[in-house]
This record gives sequence, structure tokens and C-alpha cells, in this order.
Amino acid sequence: MFGLKPDWSLEVFERYFTMGDYAGGEARWCPGCGDHAVLTAAQKVLRDEQQRPEMSVCVSGIGCSSRMPHYLGTYGFHGLHGRALPVACGIKSRRPELDVWVATGDGDCFSIGTAHWIHALRYNMDMTLMVFDNAIYGLTKAQTSPTSPQGLKTNTHPFGAILDPHNPLTVTLGVTNVSFVAQVADWNPPLLYETLKAAYRHKGTGFVRIIQRCPVYSDNFSKELQQNPDRFVLLEHQQGIPVDKSVSRQFPNRLEHDPSDLGRAFQLAADSSKMPLGLLYHNPDAQCYEDLSSQGVAMTPEQRLAGFNAVLDRITV
Amino acid sequence: MVDTTTAEETAPRLRLTREHIVEIVSDSGEGAQKAGQTFGTVCARMGNGVWTVEIIPAEIQPPARSPAGASGIRIRLASHTVTNMGDEADIVVAFNEQVLYSRIVNGAYKEGTQVLLEDKWRDDKVPEIREQYAKAVAEFRKNGLIVHELPIEKACLEIVPNPRRGKNMFVLGMLCRIYSRDVVLAKGEIANTFKRKGEKVIDINHRLFDAGYQFAKEKLVLDYQVPPQPLEEREGKRFIVTNGNTALGLGVMASGMELVSMYPITPATSASHYLADVYHEVGGFIHQAEDEIAAAGFAIGSSFAGKTACTITSGPGLALKSEMLGLAVMAEVPLVVCLVQRGGPSTGLPTKVEQGDLLAALFGEPGDAPKVVIAAATIEECLHFVVMARRLAETFRTPVILLTDANLATGVQPYQRPEPSLDWLAPPIDQSDWDEHIPPYNWDSETGLSPRPIPGMSGGQYILTGLAHTNHSKVAYDSDSNQHGSNMRSRKFAALASTLKPPVVHGDEEGDLLVVGWGSTLGAIEEAVDRARAEGYKISSLHLRFILPMEPGLKAIFKRFRKIMTVEINYSDDPDAPLITEETRRYAQLAMLLRAHTLIDIDCWSVVYGHPLQPGMIKNVLTKRLEDLQGETPCSD
Ligand SMILES: Cc1ncc(C[n+]2csc(CCOP(=O)(O)OP(=O)(O)O)c2C)c(N)n1
Ligand code: SF4
Ligand SMILES: [Mg+2]
Repeated sequence: MFGLKPDWSLEVFERYFTMGDYAGGEARWCPGCGDHAVLTAAQKVLRDEQQRPEMSVCVSGIGCSSRMPHYLGTYGFHGLHGRALPVACGIKSRRPELDVWVATGDGDCFSIGTAHWIHALRYNMDMTLMVFDNAIYGLTKAQTSPTSPQGLKTNTHPFGAILDPHNPLTVTLGVTNVSFVAQVADWNPPLLYETLKAAYRHKGTGFVRIIQRCPVYSDNFSKELQQNPDRFVLLEHQQGIPVDKSVSRQFPNRLEHDPSDLGRAFQLAADSSKMPLGLLYHNPDAQCYEDLSSQGVAMTPEQRLAGFNAVLDRITV
Repeated sequence: MVDTTTAEETAPRLRLTREHIVEIVSDSGEGAQKAGQTFGTVCARMGNGVWTVEIIPAEIQPPARSPAGASGIRIRLASHTVTNMGDEADIVVAFNEQVLYSRIVNGAYKEGTQVLLEDKWRDDKVPEIREQYAKAVAEFRKNGLIVHELPIEKACLEIVPNPRRGKNMFVLGMLCRIYSRDVVLAKGEIANTFKRKGEKVIDINHRLFDAGYQFAKEKLVLDYQVPPQPLEEREGKRFIVTNGNTALGLGVMASGMELVSMYPITPATSASHYLADVYHEVGGFIHQAEDEIAAAGFAIGSSFAGKTACTITSGPGLALKSEMLGLAVMAEVPLVVCLVQRGGPSTGLPTKVEQGDLLAALFGEPGDAPKVVIAAATIEECLHFVVMARRLAETFRTPVILLTDANLATGVQPYQRPEPSLDWLAPPIDQSDWDEHIPPYNWDSETGLSPRPIPGMSGGQYILTGLAHTNHSKVAYDSDSNQHGSNMRSRKFAALASTLKPPVVHGDEEGDLLVVGWGSTLGAIEEAVDRARAEGYKISSLHLRFILPMEPGLKAIFKRFRKIMTVEINYSDDPDAPLITEETRRYAQLAMLLRAHTLIDIDCWSVVYGHPLQPGMIKNVLTKRLEDLQGETPCSD
């Protein structure tokens, strides 16, 4: 029970937040869309962590998945296609106390937003970065995305996507100062919840690639994975994502993987025969850019004015 | 030029003059700019009006002794406030003869200009160089330049083993002797310049300075006095000497903005270089983003979170930021964009001046994206307009584009030290509760203004969106919401316009010709107008600071003149060029706007030479247009 401790004494919260406090407008995604599950998992994390809604901002780009802020009860910033990350980093730069989430799609993050994806990982600002990867452009109706599997029929490649799909995990793991890399599938709510919670708690950019169902435009892509759990390998470790027996039992392939082992993480990410699920890499000690960018935030206007006058004095003739 | 005595070479004689223009030109890396800046600062400290402008080579690594490599500085000093670089130079110091050619092409010299030329090339071991030198000197003399061939490097060799580095301080000494500058002051400036390099370096440079001073005293008959500005114009005032980019940086600090988010681009970058040196003293931070899109996005994120930020860029950067600017307009996010214009389109003329981005600043985004657009006309305004821009951005919940250009960015001038107060600075962010019944865009139906919730305010949670939206920031595609949102976003600028006063006419309130300008051309235009007026022409001028909203009362002012024309540094078709008719002629950018704004047949003169307009050049154009006007009927709508 909320607030009730094991010894039956009552912990009184100033305000106690329920799921309703994290609910925004009614979610308008298609029935069966994997985005619904991600929204619920994120709301649960916020509730369980008792994150003050007014101190939380969800930033997104453009795409079906980028509608997420509208369905949350926090502050939100639904900006431009591909540009969620610079905005999120800017929010964090001088307001490091704000809790920041980023919702972005495979097109949004891995195509038009590529530069920001790479650089935001290097900045490693404290935020939860959810990439909704449905291997398709959903909002604009079925164009090929960088992660579309070769042969996937799309409106831009009606005879099947012509290139090998881009591997976002190896790219992510290759970025200097990357600190948290995980992969989950939307149809496994416990793993999704635990992974988002771990990303939320991690100080730094918690990158979570979420394999996401789009039953409307890329059903084949997710269905094949959903029906064949042996296409995945579940990563287990004491330092990894905690998984219940009932969850791990669903996966015939399981592997003990130490998330501090970047080299091994890279091998797992590069293995196209099996997709890793869970925490690939974690470095809790990586430098966070906001620790630098927020220098001087605590200065009072009086101190700023005095500082400015000192600067002027030096150049006064 | 007021001084008319320079043409003849005479015995030593003190010549009194109200102003003088000095240039030092060289291959790049020979320290001409440092010597010139120091000379300018000394003059400013002695009470002269000063304007210095850098001469920047066209290429990064130009070959030595090439016209394209001309690098250096011009210093205009006077007994009055100087607002522009002036016309032809009176004295030029040149480290080789080739660099002078590009300055001659630019009309930098006149008959009688004194050329103090390094003479070591006369005896160079390469025969071609000896030939080039002799030929050039003969040519210069034939064209009326007064050439003094001087063994500058040879004299420096007595103090330093490599005179290529060091001769600049020798030249500074020469100039200080020629203009009877305060030696103690000059040496103090030298010490200041080299303070990070230690006593030994300072000492060598002082010795070079002394040698130059002595050299000029013994070998030159040039001796000028430019008295300081009258004391009553300076008394009780404290001055700072900066270029326009440093002024922008100072403005950022004065405004209390805590973040500048930028991507390097000439000629804007040096503003950030300056800030990077001192910003921490006021608690600020420079973010060098991965590109201009990210720079704008980062600034917008910070502004959304309550810390209004600034991004500084130039034309190509503005192009990349345009989608972000549209978002800031749509979602009403305060943002300050400093746009230091250079020649365009495309990569264009990176180091050179142009006023070619006015329309891009106004209309660069798809859809209707009104925002405040203002233009600084002086270096001092570069500072104060940033302070104003931050205030406007927050009060009107809008991006503000502040236009400056390469001329302001690199021009150096003394101006009054600002006396900042707490109300210049952004107030600390409000984190009190927000009444949740008040929508995030609670537009006042008359003014379009609305207060904004800031993350951290309980009850203010809303989802900012770049999609069409209601006052609750709910995505809305219906006709009424879109029309209403557009109305409100536009209305703000009418509200701002209603607070502005009509601009002040320079010269008589009525007459034959009114010249309208904007931005860095202020000083040159007014000087040209003053000279024409002194000759009896009925010319006045008007300079706009606000472009959006447009300053009020223009039509009423324009109607008091027979002809209106703009003078700008951007492209327009010459009316006399082939195929150009009234129908095909493309006008200069401000002219185009003013024609639409006033329905008056406004003419224009504009060029894209890549250098600042000179007052003499403008004056010739104006008087010519006035003469053409004789017999024409007055303008009407
Ligand atoms: C600058 C720009 N280019 C293109 C678009 C059109 N557009 C909107 S969303 C999108 C792709 C969305 O795909 P993804 O990021 O994978 O998100 P999903 O809809 O699949 O969740 C595109 C191309 C746009 N809004 N802006
Ligand atoms: S189109 Fe696909 S991704 Fe978009 S809401 Fe529908 S199911 Fe989800
Ligand atoms: Mg997608």
C-alpha cells in the first residue's frame, strides 16, 4: 500500500501522485500499436518513482511515437521531425533539476536526427531516451526507414526495401561517452517497465531501443519477432535489468552478460542472428554535460551584475 | 576630406587637421592589425573620435606579396565622433608594394596619399621582385601617391633577429611620432597586449616602439595634429573600445541571458570567442552545438525551460535555423537570434559585409512566421539591442532577430561605457504555482499577449507543439483555431508597434530627397547627407531600427519629400542596365518592403561590392539622383 511501511507506520507524502497525475489526453494511436504499452510503462515508472509531474518534461520529434507527450500529464515539447534531442539537451542545460524524457521514432532518431543522436549520446545528459523502432515511417504512411529489414514492402520501396537495415545498437555503442544502452520489445511489459525504470534511474542518457509493433504498416516485421522468441537472446546479470522467472522463461536463449563489458556488448549488438534484449552496456560514471553547462546557474542577479561590471572595468579606457 | 594640405611635400611643419585616415597593409601574419588596434586605442584614450576597420584578405593562406593577400587595418581618427571608415586614406604604411594594388582597386587612396613603403624589395635577390617593386613605385608616383621608401625591416634588425615579427611595433612607434601620441600611454597599451607573454617580450616590443618613434623623428617630415574631441563632449563619461561582435557579447551579459548556443561561422564567431573568455564571470555558458539546427534547438529548449537563450549566426546558419525559428514563432518561445550578415547567397563572401538577409530574416520560414526584426546601426547599439531583444522576446513571447553585419562586427570604436542595472538582467525564473484554469496561451484578444507557464510551475503542465493549436495548446486542425492562433501571433506585433515612436529625420523635416537606410550604413549615409547639405542640397535621411514591426509614421514623413530612396548594401538591378525596365527591376530589400508598406514609389541604390559604403560614394549618388529629379513631379501614392 502506498505510504504504508512494513511496520504499519504511515509515511505522509506532501503530495502523492497516482497514475491519473501522469495522464494527459486520450492516446490516439491505432489499436494494437506498441506505443500504448510504452506510454503505460513510462507512466508507471513516473508513478512508482513519485516523480513530480511539473518537474518532468517529455520531448519528442514528429511521428506517431512522437505524439507521446500529449498523452502524459507532465510538461511536454512536441517539436520538429528529428530534433527532439537538441531541445531536450537545451532544457537540461540550465535546468538540470528537471526530469527529461525523449520520445523519438526510428526515422526521427536514426535518419533525419542522426547528427543529434550521435552528439546527444556524447553529451550524455541525464535523460531517458526512448526510440520507438517500428522499422517504418508510421505517421507518413509506410515509407522505408533506416531499420526496415531488406525486402520489407513499403510505399517508397514497393518491391521491398533494397538495403540491409542500419544497426543502431552498434552505432550507439560506438559513440564516445555513451553510458546506457538497452533493447526491449513493446510486447513484453515487465521487461519494458524494468528497462525504462533502470534508464530513468541512470544518471546520464538512458538509451532504450524499443522494438515496436506497427500492425498497420510493418506487421510482418514485428509479427515474425513476436512469434519467434528464439530470435532474441535475453541478457541477464546482477547489474542488468532485473527479470522475473516468468519473463525469462519466455526466452529460450538466455545469456549472462556483464553490462560493464563494452567489447562483449558490441559483439552481441553486431550479431544479426539474434537480437539482444536487456541491458547491453552501462557505465554509471560517464561525464554528464549538464554538470558543465549549468555552471553559474546559482548566481544571483546581483552577482551577475557585479561580474559584468568587473568585465566592463577591464575594458574601460 | 577637410585637410587639403597633404599634397605637397614640404619642410617639417605641424599640420593641424580635424581628421585623418591611416592604413597599415601587409601580408597576413605581419601584425598590422595589432599595431593598428593599439594605435586606435591610444587615440581613443587621448580623446579622439576613432573608427578602425580590419582589412581582411580574400584567402586564408594567400601567397606572400600578392594583391589578394592584402591584410591590415584602417584607422580613422578625428576631433569629432566618427561613425564610419570614411573615404580615402591620408597615410598608408605598407610592408610590400603588391598589397597596395588591391587597396587601390578598392579606391582606398587618393592623389596625395602618403605611402610609407618598406624598401627592402628594391635590393631583393630575386630579379622579378626587384622589377615588380621598381615598376610599382613608379606607377604609384605617376598616379599621385607620395611614396617614401623606408628601410623598416633593416632598422628592426638591430633589435630583433626576425623583423617580420616585431616590425608592427616599430610602425606603431612611427605613427605615434607622426601624430604626437602620448608615449607613456602607448607603451602601457603595448604592455597590456603582451602581458601574458612576460616582461621580456614586453621589453623587446617597447624597444621596437622607441626605435620606430626615433626613426620617424629623424627620417620623416610628416607631423600631424588631430586635436581631441572637445572636453565637454567627453567629460564625466567613461568609454569602452570594442568591435560590434564584442559589443554583442557584452550585450548578452548585460541582458542576463545565461546561455549562448552556437555553431562557428564567419563573421559571427568572434562574438562567441569573446564570450568564451569572460562569460563564466557572469555565470553564463557557451554551447558549441553539432550544427546550427541543434544550436537553435538547444537555445529553444533552454528558453522553453524559462532561461531565454541566444544563438549567434550568419546567413548560411540562419538558413539552417529557419525550421526551428518557425517552431519558436508557432509555439511562442522567446529566443534571441543575432545575425551577423555576410555576403550571400550560399557561402558567398564569408568575411565581407552585405545587408542581404533582411528578407530572409523576415520571411525565411514557410507559412506566416512573424517575429521581431531589429537592426543595430552602430557598435554601441549592438550591445544595447541585445538587452532590448531579450526583453522584447520575453514580453512578446517571440523570437527576435537582431541584424548586424561584418562591418559592425569588425569595426572598432570607443563608445560610452554602459552603466548596467539589475533591471537589465533577466529576472530569476518564476516557479510559483500556475492557476490550472488559465490556459498556456491565454491570449489577450486585443493584443495577442499571454503569460507562459514554465516547467516546474505546478498546475502549468502543457504540451508545447509546433502543430496548429488552441489556447490550451491542444492540437487543432479546425479552421477557426488556426485562424485565431494566426491572428493572435500576428497581433502581438501591432501591439508592439503601438508603443514605438516615429523615427527622427536627420536634417530638415521636408525637402527634395529623403534617404532611408538601416543597419551599419548609418554613419556613412549621414555623413554623405551632411556634405550634400553643406553644398545646399535639400537632402535628409532616416534610419530604421525596427523592421518588424515597422516604425510608425513613415508615410507621413515620406510625403514631405519629393523623392524617397533607400541606400543599402544588397543587390538591386541598376535601372540603366540592359533589359531592366520598371517591370523587371528588382529592388533592394528595404526598398521592396517600404514600397509595399507605404504604396509610395520608392527608389533605391544598392551595391554588393563586399565593403562598407563610403560617404563620398554615397554623396555622389545622391546628388546625381537629385539632379535627375529636376523636372520630375513629386512622388505620390
Ligand atoms: C522536416 C520534415 N521532413 C519530413 C517530415 C514528414 N515526416 C513526419 S514524421 C516522418 C517519419 C516518421 O517516422 P518515425 O520517426 O519512424 O516515426 P513513427 O511515425 O514511425 O513513429 C516524416 C518523414 C516532417 N514532418 N518534417
Ligand atoms: S500507424 Fe503504426 S505506429 Fe502509427 S499509430 Fe498506427 S500502429 Fe502505431
Ligand atoms: Mg517509425
